[in-house]
Amino acid sequence: MTPPPDAGATTLSGSHLGRPPLVLVVPGAVAAALLVVPLVTLVLDTPWGDFLDQLGSAPVLAALRITALTSAVTVLACLVLGTPLAWLLARVDFAGRSVLRAAVAVPLVLPPVVAGVALVTALGRNGVVGSLLRETTGLTVPFTTTAVVIAHTFVAMPFYVLSVEGALRTAGERYDVVAATLGATRWHAFRRVTLPLAMPGVVAGAVLAWARSLGEFGATITFAGNFPGTTQTMPSLIYTQLQADPAVARTLSMILLLVSVGVLAGLRNRWLTTS
Amino acid sequence: MADHLVTGSEEALSGPGRATGPGLHARVRVPGRLDAEVTAAAGSVVAVIGPNGAGKSTLLGALAGTTAMAGEVEVGGRSWTAPPLAVRHRRVGLVFQDQSLFPHLSALENVAFGLRARGRARTPARARAQEWLDRLGVGELAARRPRQLSGGQAQRVAIARALATEPELLLLDEPFSGLDVGVATALRIELARHLADFAGVALLVTHHALDALTLADEVLVLDGGRVAQTGTPRDVAAHPLTDHVARLVGLNVVADAETNRSFPPSAVTVSLRAPEGSARNRWRASVLSVVPHGDAVRLLARTDGAQELIADVTPEAAVELGLDPGREVWLTVKETSVRTYPRTASMRP
Repeated sequence: MTPPPDAGATTLSGSHLGRPPLVLVVPGAVAAALLVVPLVTLVLDTPWGDFLDQLGSAPVLAALRITALTSAVTVLACLVLGTPLAWLLARVDFAGRSVLRAAVAVPLVLPPVVAGVALVTALGRNGVVGSLLRETTGLTVPFTTTAVVIAHTFVAMPFYVLSVEGALRTAGERYDVVAATLGATRWHAFRRVTLPLAMPGVVAGAVLAWARSLGEFGATITFAGNFPGTTQTMPSLIYTQLQADPAVARTLSMILLLVSVGVLAGLRNRWLTTS
Repeated sequence: MADHLVTGSEEALSGPGRATGPGLHARVRVPGRLDAEVTAAAGSVVAVIGPNGAGKSTLLGALAGTTAMAGEVEVGGRSWTAPPLAVRHRRVGLVFQDQSLFPHLSALENVAFGLRARGRARTPARARAQEWLDRLGVGELAARRPRQLSGGQAQRVAIARALATEPELLLLDEPFSGLDVGVATALRIELARHLADFAGVALLVTHHALDALTLADEVLVLDGGRVAQTGTPRDVAAHPLTDHVARLVGLNVVADAETNRSFPPSAVTVSLRAPEGSARNRWRASVLSVVPHGDAVRLLARTDGAQELIADVTPEAAVELGLDPGREVWLTVKETSVRTYPRTASMRP
């Protein structure tokens, strides 16, 4: 925590403006402690001795597989479905656009368990869409891996759409106009100009959606349940283990922490710093 | 002069508004911004000049189809407005002041974009794009991204991109502003060469009298969203009808009831005491600014009648008279230096 000896020698410090006021330093320190202390204790309390054994156990591998699969498919769903929605919101002037934009943002603030209940209402066995689906195709969605993906997409999509829509708005319509004067169709302009220019927003949105999917618990457990091998993701397994064996739960949490920090760090070097 | 272009109660175009068959004929109305008629023969270059807010960029946008308008646009004997033609189907080439090159594409890909968009295969499109870059003298910069190009280089790429699609209508919106003087001059000479070969109609929005005089066959002066004057560059420069053009060509223009009277700033005498002579040729004025102009000092002054006049004096005289902003002076011009011409050549109602 001690500053390097020659800090301030080459960089301009704020010391000439006077001492930082306590009224800002104290709450700032409390906030920092609140964010850092739990993570430090998690690292310290993790039973590192049997860490690798836990990592290789069947239930953990199954949960890791489900988590990796569902978060990857969720990001894919966001890219394929969310990008067009973001483009429509940013570029096409249609009736009810502002209402739709507000509706898209609702899942951001919706408690995940409420999201789960809403999904059951729509896609459950007796739900509005679910019963129709069951009668026509015999398929039921709840308590399947598909349900996990749908729940994750429901909560993650808004992060993606808002990020991409923001990037599209920032890039502006100017280059679309130039592309049109050069004879490009809107689809050609989208592929060759609009999307490449919005790429930082696409990447940032995908990372946000992926992170949201990785940690998703409430909507998943409500809509898809907690069945090992099909719908039990890492967060669901941690929740189960916390009631049976807290030490194992800490190990699992550590695994999830390492995975998410690792992926974020990798992406940060690749993409996020340049945007 | 094509008679079919002028109908019924419309006033005839002043000056040589020669629309010989193919070319551009447009009546453009954008409520609150522009109400103008433009006619130009194929192969001609029309300089569009006027103060900020006169509707120059609106005119270009309306012709390109990116600004909603009423009226009609006809290019090469084909209507672009009845039925309305989508932007991408109009054969236009646009060059903006700030280039608008796609930042994520190389110079070559930028020029090839229009050809690719119109269905040309990749390899021939790139070969053709390289030819155009070579023609504009930036062939060796083909692989560079726009941010790796200087302003002048980028503008050459932008012109190559606009010409590569072989447009029928080339719209240049202040292509030289923002460039260094030397760079702009070189580009002006280059552009003159390409415009001479260009078969379509070119509209050049500019703030420089030099552009109009060196590049254009025809000048269209816009003021307040209306056509204030049309004619050859020489004619417009010699008989400016608007203050803006007078200022561009460096003349003073004073309007009487029925005539315009123009005189060069070098013909204006500056004195501190009320001079003898006709009240018609002398004004009491307050100095607004004093700037060097060649070997002389150029004075901008506002008369009691709120008319702005310019006068060139020697640096010695400027010091002797104490010509600083705010100074009250008398401006006089000899009747023999004044050129008088009618105001009625204006298309204004």
